[in-house]
Amino acid sequence: MSAPPATGSDAARVPLIEARGLTRVLPGTVPVTLVRGIDLAIQPGEFVAITGPSGSGKSSLLYLLGLLDVPSEGEVLVEGEATHRLSEARRARMRLASLGFVFQFHFLLPEFTVAENVMIPMRKLARLSRGEMRARAESLLAELGLADHADKLPDQLSGGQRQRVAVARALANEPPAILADEPTGSLDSKSSEQVFEILRALVDDHGKTVIAVTHDLDMAARMDRRLHLVDGMLADP
Amino acid sequence: MPLVLSIALTHIGGRLRQSIISVLGVMLGVGFSIAMASLMQGSQDDFIATLIDAIPHVEVSDDRREAAPPPAAERFGAVNVIGARPDDDTRGLRNPVRLEAMLESWLPGRMAASLSGQAVLRYGGRDVALSLTGIDPATYLRVSTIGEDMREGSFMELAANLNGIVVGDGVTEKLGARLGDTIAVSTSAGAVRRLKIVGTFHTGVTQADEATGFTVLKTAQVLFARPNVINRLAIRLDDVNAARAVAARVERMTGYRATSWQEANESLMEVLVVRNIIMYTVVGAILLVAGFGIFTIVSTIVHEKARDIAILKSLGFEQRDIRRIFLTEGLAIGALGSVLGSALGYGLCVGLGSLTFEVKTNIEMTSLPLAYSPLHYAIACGFALFSSGIAGYVPARKAASLNPVEIIRGAS
Repeated sequence: MSAPPATGSDAARVPLIEARGLTRVLPGTVPVTLVRGIDLAIQPGEFVAITGPSGSGKSSLLYLLGLLDVPSEGEVLVEGEATHRLSEARRARMRLASLGFVFQFHFLLPEFTVAENVMIPMRKLARLSRGEMRARAESLLAELGLADHADKLPDQLSGGQRQRVAVARALANEPPAILADEPTGSLDSKSSEQVFEILRALVDDHGKTVIAVTHDLDMAARMDRRLHLVDGMLADP
Repeated sequence: MPLVLSIALTHIGGRLRQSIISVLGVMLGVGFSIAMASLMQGSQDDFIATLIDAIPHVEVSDDRREAAPPPAAERFGAVNVIGARPDDDTRGLRNPVRLEAMLESWLPGRMAASLSGQAVLRYGGRDVALSLTGIDPATYLRVSTIGEDMREGSFMELAANLNGIVVGDGVTEKLGARLGDTIAVSTSAGAVRRLKIVGTFHTGVTQADEATGFTVLKTAQVLFARPNVINRLAIRLDDVNAARAVAARVERMTGYRATSWQEANESLMEVLVVRNIIMYTVVGAILLVAGFGIFTIVSTIVHEKARDIAILKSLGFEQRDIRRIFLTEGLAIGALGSVLGSALGYGLCVGLGSLTFEVKTNIEMTSLPLAYSPLHYAIACGFALFSSGIAGYVPARKAASLNPVEIIRGAS
């Protein structure tokens, strides 16, 4: 994990992720509106919860903010850069370097060891040597309490451990933002608490920005900022 | 190992049994294609070798491609001459000594002059018409493989015996004559001579075996009443493929018709081309079928690994990377199949080459003619890789276009 980013006056003013008039409609014979007219700005170092009833468009908003989906209208700016005209390859590159995803299910590649899974984004970015990648993966895993599991296969870990590996993988390329979709949704309360503490520490100790979709209102209450969605639109909680 | 390759290989490893079957499909396709190409090429080479051994590579005859202009037209530069009666042109290659000297200096091969004509052999009341060729035995053996086809006696016996004749074994059979018998030979020129059979040959070409004979040039010139004349110049080249060029040059220099072996067998050459087209169509079809196997396995993997594709995309893999992964899988199966198939093909060729069997008309054991050429391997492997590339590319494109959001939604 990295040190907090330098908080120069310029950097502080530019939101890390900004949405302007974000609308996503699924085309079809009966078009379905997932989110509508979302305007928001997320500053570096924020710990944001996206809450709302099921079907309110929480995950859809997260995918849009994470450049995984393309809005029907409006735009997303990452570190001040407009993304709606970028090529698919450029957006993939931004995901690789600036955004880390954690999903409800760990989504580790089952054929690769824990350390190899963590190294995949690094190998794709190809900024470090193989030795440096391995060392970084090991130190990430050690910080998340998985030092002894580096060479195991994902199947050999518990659900909570796997989710922590997924966090390590999300952090692999030192992205400023982590986007989590129900990160504790499939975990027992003890593992949930562990994962939450890790996310909390990312924000407090490492200056990361964390945006987490959750239906757990207690957990949302412990985050710094809450965005409440109703029927695809921002509402007061 | 590059990331894309290591992911591709784990996918194949996860579907090992099916992947092995796909590899076997390509391997059998490549192996049999190579063996087939080798056999086809071998039989073609064998056929051409037999063909060009039996005939001169270039044959200069006493024909001209175009009728010579009347001497008057040449002498006075006339456009047309009316009422001129052409001379009775004595046939034959004129001034053979000068002709040979003219070619000697540059010809990349050897030549032999001969005089051929129709003759009738009579023995014990039986007649056989044949084409009798007068030659100088030693010179002729340098342009012909007839020496190797001798059944009884020897071709060189002619040199020692001016009244000797060598004929095909079909001729002696028809006549009921045997080696050492003396037969009467008559020609349309009215000459009759008694010649002794000093040798018989069997070329395997019925026409040659039943209707050709050789005697000494001098004897032939007497029989055909054409002293000091030859009507054919047979040329054997060091490089058979130069025949067309040499024939053209000889024709330009001498004005006589010079026929290359290719020209003489034009229609056969066309048959060979058609044969090759048929062969490569079949080879292509075999490997196309192997390609379907690859298509199935890669499609299955794409379907099975949809979740992994989504996660790789969320991690920052581009569509291009995803395409590459699955294309690599197709190509890896194709490449492994090609390597194993090449080994199988070589093994089949060695196996087929060691088979021997008896042909009815021939006393010796014959083995299958096989040609070993790196080209066969290159074509089969190239075709296999092309086919596996397509078979991998189609599902790879589908994988690349998968929407990660839909898959992640479906999983959660």
